[in-house]
Amino acid sequence: MDIKTLTFIVVGATFALYIGIAIWARAGSTNDFYVAGGGVPPVANGMATAADWMSAASFISMAGLISILGYDGSVYLMGWTGGYVLLALCLAPYLRKFGKFTVPDFIGDRYYSQTARTVAVICAILVSFTYIAGQMRGVGVVFSRFLEVDITTGVLIGMAMVYFYTLLGGMKGITYTQVAQYCILAFAYTVPAVFITMQMTGHFLPQTGFGATLADGSGLYLLERLDGLSTQLGFAEYTEGTKSGIDVFAITMALMVGTAGLPHVIIRFFTVPKVSDARRSGGWALVFIAVVYTTAPAIASITKVNILNTLNGPDQQGVLYENAPSWVNTWEKTGLIQWEDNNEDGRMFFSNDERNEMSVDADIIVLASPEIANLPNWVVALIAAGGVAAALSTSAGLLLVISSSVSHDLLKRTLMPNITDRQELLYARIAAGVAVLIGAYFGINPPGFVAQVVAFAFGLAAASFFPAIIMGIFHKRMNSAGAIAGMVVGIVFTLSYIIYFRFVNPAADTPENWLFGISPEGIGTVGMVLNFVVALVVLKFTKDAPEEIQEMVESIRYPKGSGAATSH
Amino acid sequence: MAFESQDHAKAYWKENLSLMLKLLTVWFVVSFGFGIILVDVLNHITFFGFKLGFWYAQQGAIYTFIVLIFIYIKQMNKLDKKYKVEEE
Repeated sequence: MDIKTLTFIVVGATFALYIGIAIWARAGSTNDFYVAGGGVPPVANGMATAADWMSAASFISMAGLISILGYDGSVYLMGWTGGYVLLALCLAPYLRKFGKFTVPDFIGDRYYSQTARTVAVICAILVSFTYIAGQMRGVGVVFSRFLEVDITTGVLIGMAMVYFYTLLGGMKGITYTQVAQYCILAFAYTVPAVFITMQMTGHFLPQTGFGATLADGSGLYLLERLDGLSTQLGFAEYTEGTKSGIDVFAITMALMVGTAGLPHVIIRFFTVPKVSDARRSGGWALVFIAVVYTTAPAIASITKVNILNTLNGPDQQGVLYENAPSWVNTWEKTGLIQWEDNNEDGRMFFSNDERNEMSVDADIIVLASPEIANLPNWVVALIAAGGVAAALSTSAGLLLVISSSVSHDLLKRTLMPNITDRQELLYARIAAGVAVLIGAYFGINPPGFVAQVVAFAFGLAAASFFPAIIMGIFHKRMNSAGAIAGMVVGIVFTLSYIIYFRFVNPAADTPENWLFGISPEGIGTVGMVLNFVVALVVLKFTKDAPEEIQEMVESIRYPKGSGAATSH
Repeated sequence: MAFESQDHAKAYWKENLSLMLKLLTVWFVVSFGFGIILVDVLNHITFFGFKLGFWYAQQGAIYTFIVLIFIYIKQMNKLDKKYKVEEE
């Protein structure tokens, strides 16, 4: 069977499975949307959190970016896992004890202020919008390849599917759908990785395989060979990287701290029955995420070797275009691989100097990796299903955060308290529609690779929520004026910096012009520091938080007496 | 007041913070320390075909994070029992 038919079957079957589980789980419980996770054991909740969390950025884009960036790509690996340590140790148990559902709820109550709540809602909306902009590109890449259409059409089809999926409604809250999505996503990610690792090194485990010697009898270590090839072709040495140390530091920090401040991830820890379960859920979530994240660098390095060998030939002289492997031709249709025969010798050549004739989009590398390695068609179809699962689970979750933030937190609770439930629902749908359209716009005109755009969302979360929540728990005198000033300064600074370098003056987006040499991806770290400093300075000149708030903070610091989470 | 005395409440919080800071120190050392700041130094050491700094950045840090969270879970459950503030 050809790839296209197989993809339709596999993607269709998984889709039917999600909807089936959703209907089954729903029929079995009349529980409220939020309490759906209430009776779920921490292991399953951890798995669902992992699915919720791993988006198109993790699945489709990350290994490809590591493949291009080499060592510098480690920022994504450490950044998106290290945040769980912060989450499990510093936030999750306390937020669970606090017992409300959303981050704006915590901020509004802890800082006893409607203004603080509104600022938090606006930050949540900004973060989620940026995040979803990255997802749409990822969905578009999947559909453009497997339906063999150009990337714009792919984004539009993906957009329609995500919107439809979200409107089915409530599905996201059903933990078992996400457990299924995690299983498919992890299976689809690791199976091709095991195949390509065995092919390249004879090792079974990708995690150790990419440090092993090559199976071609040369006796060279894989990474040694890759470093050699990279230097020969004008790339930076794979295991060394080119970003400055301070930028690597800042991006990693922004991603870690941002993870701990992402509204749709934090929500997960409100729904477990006990404080001790909130701690355990964080641990299990990281175990399941690590399955994918420790495999990613193996896919990245092995596929890089495969790409160089199949485009340039084993002798690195270039391969005749008419002998090009089929994945080159199929991906050319999406416009994501291009070949310019500059020296008119009819051969393709991929390098990082004046000899280069290829442009290969980093976002295709994971999806193309089984084809590049000549794996059977069902493996190719499987990876498409995994990509769709990753993109759908996260986009749907984000759209729900956006629509409920707009309709419930912003309109109903602050601006228009008198609207009816029907109107509230209507506004929720409109907000989701607007979000998906904006996402589609940025999907067609991406301001960076999927993982980079998503990194901006983390920077915004790091600069706004994280300090407000941390001080809310660990600094009981912190007052509303300090927290509000901190959040506003943090997010305005970070957002302006990103917009300036990515949209207003992209020509200036070079290390010489960056503040302290920190790129827009890492600037959230500076925003976070500003947020802390501003809040502490304002606190010096204003009154401490009232006595009853300080007592409430005392009471969230130990587990005893935690009730079920309550709605407003 | 869930604690037996004000002193207990203070002592519980102090032990909690000290455990948290110890674990966060390890968190910082393996990721920002070994994986970023000291990466060039550690890269002189080869470890099963990996340069050690590179390995920490792409593998080792992640495994350490998992271990840290599970140590925290275990120690906090003990601490909750010691001060009798665990959940029923």
